[in-house]
Amino acid sequence: MPKEPFEDRSSRSIPSGSAFEPKIVAFFCNWCTYTAADLAGTSRMHYAPNVRIIRVMCSGRIDPQFVLKAFHEGADGVLIGGCHPGDCHYQEGNYKALRRYKLLKRLLAQLGVEEGRLRLEWIAASEGDKVKRVIDEMTEEIRRLGPFRPSEAEPVEKQAVLAGQPREAR
Amino acid sequence: MMAEAKPKVAFYWCASCGGCEEAVVDLAEDLLKVVEAVELAFWPVALDFKREDVERLPDGSLAAAFINGAIRLSEHEEMAHLLRRKAQLVIAYGSCAHLGGVPGLANLHDRGSIFQYVYRDAPSVANPEGVFPQERFPAEEGELELPAFWDTVKALDQVVEVDYYVPGCPPTPKVTRAAIEALFGEGELPPKGTVLGAGTRALCHECPLNETKPDKLLLEGFKRVHEVIPEPNKCLLAQGLICLGPATREGCGALCISANMPCTGCFGPLDRVRDYGGKALSEIASILNSNDEGEIERALEKVADPVGTFYRYSLPRSFLGRRIRRGDRP
Ligand code: SF4
Ligand code: SF4
Ligand code: FES
Repeated sequence: MPKEPFEDRSSRSIPSGSAFEPKIVAFFCNWCTYTAADLAGTSRMHYAPNVRIIRVMCSGRIDPQFVLKAFHEGADGVLIGGCHPGDCHYQEGNYKALRRYKLLKRLLAQLGVEEGRLRLEWIAASEGDKVKRVIDEMTEEIRRLGPFRPSEAEPVEKQAVLAGQPREAR
Repeated sequence: MMAEAKPKVAFYWCASCGGCEEAVVDLAEDLLKVVEAVELAFWPVALDFKREDVERLPDGSLAAAFINGAIRLSEHEEMAHLLRRKAQLVIAYGSCAHLGGVPGLANLHDRGSIFQYVYRDAPSVANPEGVFPQERFPAEEGELELPAFWDTVKALDQVVEVDYYVPGCPPTPKVTRAAIEALFGEGELPPKGTVLGAGTRALCHECPLNETKPDKLLLEGFKRVHEVIPEPNKCLLAQGLICLGPATREGCGALCISANMPCTGCFGPLDRVRDYGGKALSEIASILNSNDEGEIERALEKVADPVGTFYRYSLPRSFLGRRIRRGDRP
């Protein structure tokens, strides 16, 4: 039983840096960034294989819950790609995305999520090279930050609780 | 649920303020009807029953256990498990049991940082001997065992299976009556997981100010509650106050709005929303009428405390659940 009250009983050991491969979930707008990623592929550009791309019809479709859920399910970073300002297929979607992103960033900062783990980029359909650059940069950034590790873990002492057992039986 | 013997019911509190217990008492004369319909087998705040009395009951012999409060201590978790074994139905009563509640905001900290502040650093503390809570204490009569304080506050369904939820901080008498009716009335039990006593639409639908809310609401900026005296009879959100009515489940009758205060979301999310704060944040951010990055940032500064604003009652039940900790930064 700890005498020292400051001990953090649910911290887990950090896997050693070399073995860590960041997992990045990317939400790309169908009309621009997704097409650009396609272009990067057909142009045989090499970019870091750490990104899982999810196609959405517009960056304005991205509910902040998608981002939070991605982190919850093990993403180390989340990338949002949308059309440049003024170019959204649905006029306003990317501005909505920008407003949500700005507020979500502040919420995440309060929750201890490092700045570099969520990124928003405007990437036009012709900018295959930008897809490559952003993904490579972000992968490096997150490699440096280490795994995200959402702290769902409850301390070891939880195991000591014999659920609902009468005290005498413990 | 109709037998010769009255169904046995337990009420219990975990990490709560006592408001939910008060809410049961607020049923006023209707409480007598409840007492007529059910037998109170355990209600520590009002009746002298002990944990041992519950332990002695056969498993499954309680018709229902209403548990309020969040799970903060090992004792709360043990009691939740015990009541789960003894009761056929477990009902998370009130915001704290439902979503983690206000005590759940302590998930911005952890055991270590809370103890440091409360027993050492707070300006009102004098603790020269550095006495901190312990889980064992050698008293003259023998060693005492005390509950452990967890790092993370949880909602009830994060530690035991929950059959139904009753929302609100605290649930209003109307909601409580409707929940009891749904459980012990004539009709069939609602599907498991139902949020009882409240509706399924957003609060705006039952808000008397809804008529004054524009269909397409766009705001130049937000105002904090201490900065304005709201105009009466005009949607608070349309006046720039952050009212979470559009993201919150109806059922309270727009209580806060009737008192000129915006909704802070105690009834929690609508059925298909998993993370209340994420949804509420989305609705607030998207109505800002600006496309300029700097301007957006400045306008959003009015949301001084995003976690406290959007997760006031639901941080434990959110996707992230708590502030992320890094090994080197407790
Ligand atoms: S936003 Fe608030 S004040 Fe406006 S209609 Fe909805 S609940 Fe009522
Ligand atoms: S207005 Fe909102 S915060 Fe107030 S009681 Fe109703 S749901 Fe809860
Ligand atoms: S269509 Fe690409 S961001 Fe809206």
